[in-house]
Amino acid sequence: MKVSGGINELNSELEKAGRIADFMELAELMAYDANDRDESCGAHFREEYQTDEGEAMRNDEKYMYVGAWEFKGLDDKPDLHKEELIFDTVKPSVRSYK
Amino acid sequence: MNVTLKVWRQKDSVSKGNFETYQLADLNPEMSFLEMLDVLNEKLILENKIPVEFDSDCREGICGQCGMTINGRPNGHHHHTTTCQMHMRHFKDGDTIVVEPFRAQAFKVLKDLKVDRSGLDKIVQAGGFISTHTGSAPDANSLPIGKIDAEEAFNSAACIGCGTCIATCKNSSAALFTSAKISHLLTLPQGKPERTERVLNMVNAMDLEGFGSCTNTEACEMECPQEISVVNIAKMNFEYNRALLLKGL
Repeated sequence: MKVSGGINELNSELEKAGRIADFMELAELMAYDANDRDESCGAHFREEYQTDEGEAMRNDEKYMYVGAWEFKGLDDKPDLHKEELIFDTVKPSVRSYK
Repeated sequence: MNVTLKVWRQKDSVSKGNFETYQLADLNPEMSFLEMLDVLNEKLILENKIPVEFDSDCREGICGQCGMTINGRPNGHHHHTTTCQMHMRHFKDGDTIVVEPFRAQAFKVLKDLKVDRSGLDKIVQAGGFISTHTGSAPDANSLPIGKIDAEEAFNSAACIGCGTCIATCKNSSAALFTSAKISHLLTLPQGKPERTERVLNMVNAMDLEGFGSCTNTEACEMECPQEISVVNIAKMNFEYNRALLLKGL
């Protein structure tokens, strides 16, 4: 990585360089979660989970929750914390534009 | 298209600045001015030189973060535009373009094209708010506001705080900015209880931050990206005199 300019001055290139680790970690987290979620839902689309017409195929029974991954150390797998989503009035259904 | 750039380079606020000349070739005319500067910076980085510092954020003309003096005019030769909305198609192939930071005594140059506009924040901190108990958002029609008032308030509230008015003004006056905030709040019922204190405090802050006085040249309205009207300034002056009378000052 190349960072121009100095340390003891206003240097937006250095500011950007300082954020690279965050971007990589966030990307890794998103990929980890996407890999864990064996379904397609909204912006999360996995090719192996689609209808014959190419629409997202959800698995609400298994994945209808809000999730947060807890960091357990560099070499350990993170822990998944779930908050179930409960719909009282409007129930989720399959979206159709037909 | 090809252009020659004369860019103001200044290491920090205490160093002396100077113009550096750069040649850029094969630019896409659809590029925004900031994208053109991105191209310049990529070139400078590859040449092991220090890229040009400049402010930018949304790059769609609504955030007020970008702003520089292009060929002697804030945001370039188009009226009512931000720097990010200037495009290279507004220039001619072979043009020489002079790029400087916003020039105003109250806007200290931090580096290259980046200036310190925190004076504007200080003005808002002095009174650009209402004091009320906040909670959840009120119901939409619990406080009826007429259409004309709502539109007038919105027109003033459209100010994005970019500082173009100050950079344009020969006196570096922040009157358009400050008055937009004042009339926005004055027009709405929530802003009325504090109107007297507000105008005194904000005008005072404007002077303390080193902004000049308004002499009604109206250049600010001409360049303002949001077309904020100078009528706001007249309102502010009225409000200021009213406040002085009420306070017996």
